[in-house]
Amino acid sequence: MNLLWLQSGGCGGCTLSWLGAEGEPLFVTLADEGIELMWHPSLSEQSAGEARALLAACVDGRRPLDILCVEGAVLRGPNGSGRFHMLSGSGETMLSWLRALAARARHVVAVGTCAAYGGVTAAGVNPTDACGLQYDGDAPGGLLGADFRAGGGLPVINIAGCPTHPDWINETLIALARGTLLHEDLDDFCRPRFYADQLVHHGCPRNEFYEFKASAAKPSDQGCLMEQLGCKGTQAHADCNTRLWNGSGSCLRGGYACIRCTDPGFEEPGHPFAETPTVAGIPIGLPSDMPKAWFIALAALSKSATPARVRENAKADHILRAPTVKKAGR
Amino acid sequence: MIVKRLIVGPFNRVEGDLEVTLDVADGTVRAAYVNSPMYRGFEQILQGKMPADALVFVPRICGICSVAQSAAAAQALGGAMGVTPPANGRLAANLLLAAENLADHFSHFYLFFMPDFARAAYCGRPWFADAEQRFRALTGSAVGPALPARAAFMHLMGLLAGKWPHTLAMQPGGSSRPLQASEKIRLYRLLREFRRFLEDTLFGDRLEAVAAIDSVAALEHWAAARAPHASDFRRFLGIAHDLDLARFGRGGDCFISYGNYPQDAGRMFPAGVWDGSLRLLDTDDIREDVSHAWYAQAEGPQHPAQGATVPLADKTGAYSWCKAPRWAGRVVETGALARQVVAGQPLVRDLLASGGANVMSRVVARLIEIARVLPAMEAWTEQLRPGEPYCVVGEMPREAEGEGLVEAARGALGHWLSVRRGRIHSYQIVAPTTWNFSPRDAQGTPGALEQALVGAPVGDGEEAPLAVQHIVRSFDPCMVCTVH
Repeated sequence: MNLLWLQSGGCGGCTLSWLGAEGEPLFVTLADEGIELMWHPSLSEQSAGEARALLAACVDGRRPLDILCVEGAVLRGPNGSGRFHMLSGSGETMLSWLRALAARARHVVAVGTCAAYGGVTAAGVNPTDACGLQYDGDAPGGLLGADFRAGGGLPVINIAGCPTHPDWINETLIALARGTLLHEDLDDFCRPRFYADQLVHHGCPRNEFYEFKASAAKPSDQGCLMEQLGCKGTQAHADCNTRLWNGSGSCLRGGYACIRCTDPGFEEPGHPFAETPTVAGIPIGLPSDMPKAWFIALAALSKSATPARVRENAKADHILRAPTVKKAGR
Repeated sequence: MIVKRLIVGPFNRVEGDLEVTLDVADGTVRAAYVNSPMYRGFEQILQGKMPADALVFVPRICGICSVAQSAAAAQALGGAMGVTPPANGRLAANLLLAAENLADHFSHFYLFFMPDFARAAYCGRPWFADAEQRFRALTGSAVGPALPARAAFMHLMGLLAGKWPHTLAMQPGGSSRPLQASEKIRLYRLLREFRRFLEDTLFGDRLEAVAAIDSVAALEHWAAARAPHASDFRRFLGIAHDLDLARFGRGGDCFISYGNYPQDAGRMFPAGVWDGSLRLLDTDDIREDVSHAWYAQAEGPQHPAQGATVPLADKTGAYSWCKAPRWAGRVVETGALARQVVAGQPLVRDLLASGGANVMSRVVARLIEIARVLPAMEAWTEQLRPGEPYCVVGEMPREAEGEGLVEAARGALGHWLSVRRGRIHSYQIVAPTTWNFSPRDAQGTPGALEQALVGAPVGDGEEAPLAVQHIVRSFDPCMVCTVH
């Protein structure tokens, strides 16, 4: 299978994340799975005319296009012209190139939340009228329209994340190359379910603090970030705390809130990112599938049961009080 | 004289989108026009946001300079709030920024720059067979192992920043990630692991020995001491000598650095301007000109604290989304070369004195910087004091101004913030490649790359001249930062 990767209204961070893939060299993995990296703007030898010729051959069908990966949002402005991003050297908008190439591709993959839903590029006043390949925020549509199906029969596969995780890309591409990624393997926002059926909360190292609602008050505190510092890990669809980033990391392990970056619209949460909006002290965003009354009841109960160790450690940047060591025979 | 126009794009193996237009006559570039063809509008997006939310948005300007953008924002916010990170926070910030800068230099060398010497056009050169098997894009024998080495080095980010790119660990008051004693050991070990790769593969020598090379003569002596294939740096030096890369891409004579890596007193690399002698840098002397950029014109060039970003796609005479920053009205170059000449690194001073900024001196400066900074990272790791604070908190006043100045891998990065009624009123960003790849200004003076391309040789039938590719990539441009 060949793979063409293009970048539009984004930061290139998903490519950089991808290059941090663990284990054997990335290009060895791809080759071993029969994936030929036909062209990537950061990595391939071919420049200028050589690259344009390759894209043109894909558009007119002289060269089959198995997987089209797009990183970055589609820029529709100004005034629907797409001129906020011209594919350099071509005199054409990237928007028109993407539309033409998607029509030829067997699979279309949106790499990252920008390409999937618009993402950060669509934030604020959305200066460039940015959208995703098949979504405009959480509304189906985007560049290609809700009914779009690639040659292989699937809608656009949204490897959402800001950035996305290198394994999410590789495991999706490998499943496509093996023919094992089916429509039912995508969730309601067309994200691969192998990671989107998980919650960031799963495997959170702050879980004991969460259980007792022992909360951090400031960055660098060890406590739970949900109650005050904006964390949405209990609602966010991803496996960040079981898969881990750059060896041993995750947002929570880095000491800061999950901002739910795999979701459409995460860029405009309607409140400061690092503050939890509450009504009468209760967070508006409750853990997934948890009835509010139960959350309130459990929170009140667990707070009253919080061990001093957990309460004190929550507001410190190192362990003040270690768990008691039980001696045998006592 | 027949002038032929070449439009080179997509210009790949740079970060983001770039188009270069060349007027060519008699086999030489006579004029160049650099176009940054994509606009996203982060300065517009940030207007009206809560100030602290800048920490979410600005790293997402750029996936390769993400931490540098975070650092500049944290500094601008911290200045507006009047908070200063504690020692641990400062050391953590230094480690993060240094890791990103070194990883970027490393990626530039192996992924972006060297693959051009594996092009078939060089098949007649004596070094070609070796360069082709070593540096060929995607499949070269150096490229494969460089990726896991880089990924292992970036475990520093997992440890200190949660992830890379796009961390929120860099806060105005310090770091959200308090490293503990055993984690210091892990951090130190991964730095030593990367050192081993650099010493065995990239340099073929101790980092300290490379950093101590103090003149062009000493560099030649060092290169000749072992065979070219003894290390990738020596390979580069051999190729550079054969192709005489020092005569390509001659830049101007003025260099700017905001300085990097604050220490107890001063910065490891001080701030300044170099134009044959060292000058004090006053950021009040910076102006951005939009005469040839697709933005509404204010009355003359503006200081970034007063600047605005109003896109105007149909503006006559404009040819780029990049603004044209100038220092005291002058075109300046920024990057590792500028940083090291301002910092007084003797080899880089000598390279500039003998041949100015060019393809060879830009690449050498980057590699020398790797050799200088990794040992400093080892020392900073030892200086972390678990148990002492990593972060302090502060309040953002309802009315405030802030300036954040850091050295990203590619050079001087500045953020200018103003807060009104508790929200971001204005947020202006001048990125390194905004300096280097600026279009012409109101006087018609071309930007740094536009000047460096003049005189580049163009072979018969070359549509994307190799010399031009070497010159452009020698700047290691980051186009997503450039326009933002």
